[in-house]
Amino acid sequence: MSGAVLDIADLHVALHRGRTIVPLLRGVGLAIQPGEVRGLVGESGAGKSMIARAIFGLLPGGARITRGRALFEGRDLAAMAEPERRALLGARIALIPQDPMTSLNPVMRIGEQVATVLRLKGGLDRRAARERAVELLAEVAIREPKRVVQLYPHELSGGMRQRILIAMAFSCAPRLVIADEPTTALDVTVQRQILRLIHDLQHRQGAAVLFVTHNLGLVAKLCQSVTVLYAGRVVEDGAAAAVLAGPRHAYTAALLSATPRLDRPADALSPLPRTLIETLLAEARAYDAANAGAYR
Amino acid sequence: MADLAGAPAAPAKRGLKLDPRAVAGGVIIAVLLLTALLAPLLAPHNPLDQDLLATQLPPSFRPGGDPAYFFGTDSLGRDILSRLVYGARIAVIVALVAASLACLIGSVLGLLAGFYRGVIDQIVSRLIDVWMSFPPVLLSIVLAAAVGAGLGSVILAIVVVDWTRFARVVRSEVLLQRQLDYVAAARIVGLRPFQVLLREVVPNILPMLATLLTVEMGIAVIVEAILSFVGLSVSTDTPTWGGMIAEGRTLINQTPWLLALPIGCVIITVLGFNLLGDGLRATLDPVQRR
Repeated sequence: MSGAVLDIADLHVALHRGRTIVPLLRGVGLAIQPGEVRGLVGESGAGKSMIARAIFGLLPGGARITRGRALFEGRDLAAMAEPERRALLGARIALIPQDPMTSLNPVMRIGEQVATVLRLKGGLDRRAARERAVELLAEVAIREPKRVVQLYPHELSGGMRQRILIAMAFSCAPRLVIADEPTTALDVTVQRQILRLIHDLQHRQGAAVLFVTHNLGLVAKLCQSVTVLYAGRVVEDGAAAAVLAGPRHAYTAALLSATPRLDRPADALSPLPRTLIETLLAEARAYDAANAGAYR
Repeated sequence: MADLAGAPAAPAKRGLKLDPRAVAGGVIIAVLLLTALLAPLLAPHNPLDQDLLATQLPPSFRPGGDPAYFFGTDSLGRDILSRLVYGARIAVIVALVAASLACLIGSVLGLLAGFYRGVIDQIVSRLIDVWMSFPPVLLSIVLAAAVGAGLGSVILAIVVVDWTRFARVVRSEVLLQRQLDYVAAARIVGLRPFQVLLREVVPNILPMLATLLTVEMGIAVIVEAILSFVGLSVSTDTPTWGGMIAEGRTLINQTPWLLALPIGCVIITVLGFNLLGDGLRATLDPVQRR
């Protein structure tokens, strides 16, 4: 698809340990248009984080992209030289991490950490970066930003740290923001504020967002489109409202009925049917057998 | 929806809140440094002057003591206090220079090994394994004997033996730090690996390194005393605590203070360095500093 900010096609990632090869992503394809918010849903181990890691070039040891491409604004991240990719990260592609408690450097003051990104990626000088850091904190609704820049991460709450990480992610007007379950580590009351903040910033800057989550409720509220992943394969893809209202794939339907809802009794919850999981895994194995060459 | 996130109500206290151990250790080390620096002013006598009419005098506050010789004299009639004061010079030089060099070499190797892993780590780790299979004191004695006596060879012996202490600890600490999310976050912001190491990881191991360095200074003082004791340090006409212990050992029954005083100096010095190290860890770490 032309014009897409991110265009992933036929992406295969495999873990190589000596002679054994473990497929992690089995030909994933997804595209995000400028300004689009796309949910990426799936249970643990489905490969959501692997996609994010592949984009950032931070696959775990032994894992690598064995086939396919991940085009960012028409340039293939998978084939890109390391320095070129590094220039994009932080500036054009940013991440909102999962755990705000550990994602800030514990011995650096907040202001210094925000200013570092601005200096290295935004091209500001030391002084301008420091001033801009204060403005950015104010933009993510942190009270007394002048004082907060002087604090260390452990002196702030989880919600405040996540705001700071969001400020850092949006600091250089990125085209693509990957939000990796940005609210899972937070209090429910703080979650809404954080989501609102991401939505506002995304809207204002026109950035595309890949929203990684396993919370279908968030997808319904926040995303225009959604990609459902299972065992490293895309099982369903489409407009969020349509997919959630009338899932075409049995797995999406099962996932929906496994989600607790206020308007349905608790005993309406059903775990994923065993036969469905077995079918899906058998499909994955059949795919691996037919495409063994894709993982080398 | 309250959209303003509040900062913690009680503003955290700025400025360094010093740990009492750091203060105690700092005072001891400051006194030691001043003593070494001002030795010619502080010492009542020339430490080499012999007074053969006043040998083996007890300290002046003991029966038979001479007020001119506060801590008494040794078997050649040299003033003990002056020799202790001058001995501090060698101890301080060795502690500062040898520990810093060992720290520098060991930390650089440990940082590279822990952060980049791979071949560098293999080489450094095997080197440490081989190194640690030698008894350290024996190794320094052999080294000092091979290079010849002198201040330089004492320092060399300590550096060559003790760099592994830094390399080992720094490597394992870096291994731990590089797993943490903030390192991944820094990579995702697009920092080069070397920038990540220097800007993100190193500040996190500095409190630990400061502690290790001060403890190593104490160890260096002990090793220097050992090498002086066996006569492999500076030449015998320069007073050292280790040398004084060796001289006092033969007369332990007649003049125990000849042995006790330099040992006391070593103990207080090492204690000072260790206290300072403990206190620094608590003072430098922003998470522990509350």
